[in-house]
Amino acid sequence: MTTIFGVPMQALFGQLLLGLINGSFYAILSLGLAIIFGLLNIINFAHGALYMMGAFVAWMLLNYLGVNYWWALGLAPLIVGAFGIVLERVLIARLYKLDHLYGLLLTFGMALIIQGLFRNSYGVSGLPYAIPPELSGGQRLPFMFLPNYRAWVVVASLAVCLATWLVIEKTKLGSYLRAATENPTLVQAFGVNVPLFLTLTYGFGVALAGFAGVLAAPIYSVNPNMGADIIIVVFAVVVIGGMGSILGSVITGFGLGLIEGLTKVFYPEASATVIFVIMVLVLLVKPAGLFGRTA
Amino acid sequence: MADTAAIASVDAAPILPALSEGRDVRALHRKIMLGIAVFLAVAPFVLYPVFLMKVLCFGLFALAFNLLLGYGGLLSFGHAAYFGMASYLCAYAAKVWGLTPELAILCGTLTAALLGLVFGALAIRRQGIYFSMITLALAQMAFFFSLQAKFTGGEDGIQAVPRGALFGTISLADDRALYGLVAVVFLGGLLLIYRIIHSPFGQVLKAIRDNEPRAISLGYRVNQYKLAVFVLSATLAGLAGSTKAIVFQLASLTDVHWAMSGEVVLMTLVGGMGTVFGPIVGALVIVTMETYLAQFGAWVTIIQGVVFVLCVLLFREGIVGLVARIARRPL
Repeated sequence: MTTIFGVPMQALFGQLLLGLINGSFYAILSLGLAIIFGLLNIINFAHGALYMMGAFVAWMLLNYLGVNYWWALGLAPLIVGAFGIVLERVLIARLYKLDHLYGLLLTFGMALIIQGLFRNSYGVSGLPYAIPPELSGGQRLPFMFLPNYRAWVVVASLAVCLATWLVIEKTKLGSYLRAATENPTLVQAFGVNVPLFLTLTYGFGVALAGFAGVLAAPIYSVNPNMGADIIIVVFAVVVIGGMGSILGSVITGFGLGLIEGLTKVFYPEASATVIFVIMVLVLLVKPAGLFGRTA
Repeated sequence: MADTAAIASVDAAPILPALSEGRDVRALHRKIMLGIAVFLAVAPFVLYPVFLMKVLCFGLFALAFNLLLGYGGLLSFGHAAYFGMASYLCAYAAKVWGLTPELAILCGTLTAALLGLVFGALAIRRQGIYFSMITLALAQMAFFFSLQAKFTGGEDGIQAVPRGALFGTISLADDRALYGLVAVVFLGGLLLIYRIIHSPFGQVLKAIRDNEPRAISLGYRVNQYKLAVFVLSATLAGLAGSTKAIVFQLASLTDVHWAMSGEVVLMTLVGGMGTVFGPIVGALVIVTMETYLAQFGAWVTIIQGVVFVLCVLLFREGIVGLVARIARRPL
């Protein structure tokens, strides 16, 4: 078998693909965090819990209502987004005038509640979610076996990230959003309903998390703890990339996923911490983050 | 875009403005401390000593955390790292090296100080919300280290840590004897923190908390102050973690997990951020709650979450903050 640096090609590309998939989730989640933080000035600790909820909603739709994967891919983010809108209206909207550490504490409490409720109902062992039949099987490439579903996850996440970028950078709606991020008071003076914007932005950000959750459901088992594990890594991703740029978040997310995959091949012991180590290095060299604007 | 907003709102300090502190306030604080000391002397004859020791360990942990959040205005979401790593080192020193408890506790505390110096120096390079995320990520690194390193015993932790004999002579096997040590450590920590808050150093800290750009323009080296308070806070959190390891004869992954970081934030929030005595009350409330709710299993997490949400929305001043407002005295 062909080897690179003493590592079988098959293993190398397999881990790189897995890294790319983790990277897709980092990218979508950090993108949502960045959009929410940009406008609401709140770092959404509940993001991981809502990602987990997306996976659970997909599972429930399938098992209780017989709704298949493709419908769930559209419905679950809508449900999670609607849930997010309720959270924003009922809870988060009361904190806008306060220091943002309260936003962090509030969303942390929300994450504990959501995770606790799912853990109570479904335990921690994880529930299986089958790969949709259209995407089972895979392609035999010259250097590796490529499962169709994994290829789909990467393509779908890239498409969603690109679509989000297009909406924010190239549409009228996006220009309002960017303006409101820079100076909400002035935008409101021009007659834009900023509070509505805040609500919708939060809903959209968490819908992205829900979408990532549905994508993740067939790969990892659907588990109440899946969000808590990933959110801290995503925080590190956000510190590395800086939240100032959308493309920056996406590139950082995918890049770090790949690096994590490579670490799994060459030095598996460090694979859980490599992103944190990179965060430390970035803080030493460029404290504002790779794509951050100010220190 | 994010950072500009963060800097613009630095002025809005999260903690209530300091009330004037006259001589009568100092006298009041002295009376409260005396009251706590008397209570601690009497309590083991009435209440279960192990429960009291748990409250004291977490009380000291919350006091240390509040020194950073309440007086430095820095929200660390990774204080479990200092608490937990100190707990591991103390347990290891007592069990494997066979050190006496006071030396083992010193070992753990120094570990936390060192870790606080390294993590603190990194984290203060960013402000506001980034600071919290960095401390959380660094603490998660400490968690994975504890999970993988050989000496921590992985999932099992370090069990059956000997309580040993203080200075090699006074046996701590009896709960009451150990309680005496824990109470002395706690009171020492409380006095030290009180001293720090009311020193010139503490005054500068409060100035930085309330208005960092102004403190910079007045010529203070803000980062040195932040790092100093970070290390102090981590060290005292380590003292609490080490003591806890001796009391429960156990150091485990629970102590380094992010949930522990959340718990200490909750204790401080419930008791009252930026109050002298609030964290003690918060620790008492949360430890009591957990002891009585332990039978409900996973509901504890949900209840903690609900308390978090309610406190942030309706009760930001905390129990002692409320009392202080009614009594019009800083407590």
